[in-house]
Amino acid sequence: MFGNWKWVFVLAVTLAFTVPAATQGSSAEMPASVLLDSLSHLFDGAEFDHNLHLDIAEDCADCHHHTTGTGVSDPVCIPCHDRGAEAVSVACRDCHEADPFSAESLREKDKRKDDYHFDKPGLKAAYHLNCLQCHVEMGGPEGCQDCHERNADGDAFYYSGPFSPKGEQASKGH
Amino acid sequence: MSGISRRGFLSAVVAGGAATLLGAPRKARAIGDFEGYPEGMGVLVDLTRCVGCRSCEAACNHEQGLPEPDLPFDDPSVFDETFHHGTQKRRTDENAFTVVNRYDPEGAEGPVYRKIQCNHCNEPACLTSCFVSAYTKTREGAVIYDSKVCVGCRTCMVACPFRIPAYSYSSALNPVVRKCIFCYETRLKYGRPPACVEICPQEVLTFDHRRHLLKMAHERIRANPDRYIDHVYGETEVGGTSWMYISGVPFEDLGFDTTLQRAPILANAQEFLSNVPMVLAIWPALFMGFHLLSAKGKEGEEEQSTDKGEEG
Repeated sequence: MFGNWKWVFVLAVTLAFTVPAATQGSSAEMPASVLLDSLSHLFDGAEFDHNLHLDIAEDCADCHHHTTGTGVSDPVCIPCHDRGAEAVSVACRDCHEADPFSAESLREKDKRKDDYHFDKPGLKAAYHLNCLQCHVEMGGPEGCQDCHERNADGDAFYYSGPFSPKGEQASKGH
Repeated sequence: MSGISRRGFLSAVVAGGAATLLGAPRKARAIGDFEGYPEGMGVLVDLTRCVGCRSCEAACNHEQGLPEPDLPFDDPSVFDETFHHGTQKRRTDENAFTVVNRYDPEGAEGPVYRKIQCNHCNEPACLTSCFVSAYTKTREGAVIYDSKVCVGCRTCMVACPFRIPAYSYSSALNPVVRKCIFCYETRLKYGRPPACVEICPQEVLTFDHRRHLLKMAHERIRANPDRYIDHVYGETEVGGTSWMYISGVPFEDLGFDTTLQRAPILANAQEFLSNVPMVLAIWPALFMGFHLLSAKGKEGEEEQSTDKGEEG
């Protein structure tokens, strides 16, 4: 009997701390941080501190375009971005393709060549264009490794770190 | 005597001249009219997005099996390298088919980076200048070359308006011309984007059909008139190129040659080239005919005089 009350107390305390944070955004399932690693190859995944950016951004739509936060007002955009399926998904990867230049992607793109969003960046560019542009404007970190550590494959790729060129400088042309 | 008659000679001259005159205009229409193969691919380079990370250079190095660079690809000190007493920034060479340079144009908010590589012209000057036909413009849009055919004359290096083809001067035994081939052998012909496009974090490089890219380029400019200069470099330059650029600062401030003609380079040689068949084929026949006619006339005079003598 007393055991049950204990759990109710624990639940109440937990809610007291979590609910105000959750109601800041529009979604109750909002993550505190997101590991962006679906494309990681030469660099490790980037740990995105969602809560930190909540404090900095004025509106969810600053990053999430029109999928969450302040809605759209342009009548052209409303049919899709107010009620449509596009308004429901908030993850970048739901709209921005991981492999935007593959033969299949270009074939699909060719079919919707009259779409308003024909010129839509891929997932990697969506991350970098969105994040880096704001970081530059707001004075955030701008170096590659400020957000994601380069791994050994990356060092080899850039001939950097332990893979730095050791030989004599080759004859330079021009 | 030779079998040529006055009538035969004159008709041959007329026929030859007519063939030259009729043949030339047909070719003239062809030059500059080729807008690339309908399904030709291309890359749009948006210079407002480039942050100078040089990942494209690294990707090219690995994809094309090029030797180790002098400095790591994440070393920004290469942007300060200049040649010819500071007048020349880094250029493509036998070991680097693409190069990124930094420019600090007046009025710009920060440095602007420009990637250079072969622009894969619709009507390439390198191809038309090559007398052994080592070059091919593929239907995918790439300008590729066959090193086995190359004789090392380097005419293409002179012909290229973008100064892209490089020569493997370091090879003592088999020096050949080398340049970006749009990753044709390993990627493009299988429908995959070039390595530099795939690695670019900022999507400075957009890979698609050239006709789509033109539309996208003009749409970006239209939607952001304050961000871009209203020009798509490569849309019309030297007959159009598969790789095209859009920029936020004037192109001449970024080392682009903005004085290039709209017609392909071949158009400059067309008048001369169309005269070559006439000079080589018609002139010998013409002057041989004059010679024969004048020689025959002398013979006739001699015959006439002897005739007169006999009469008298």
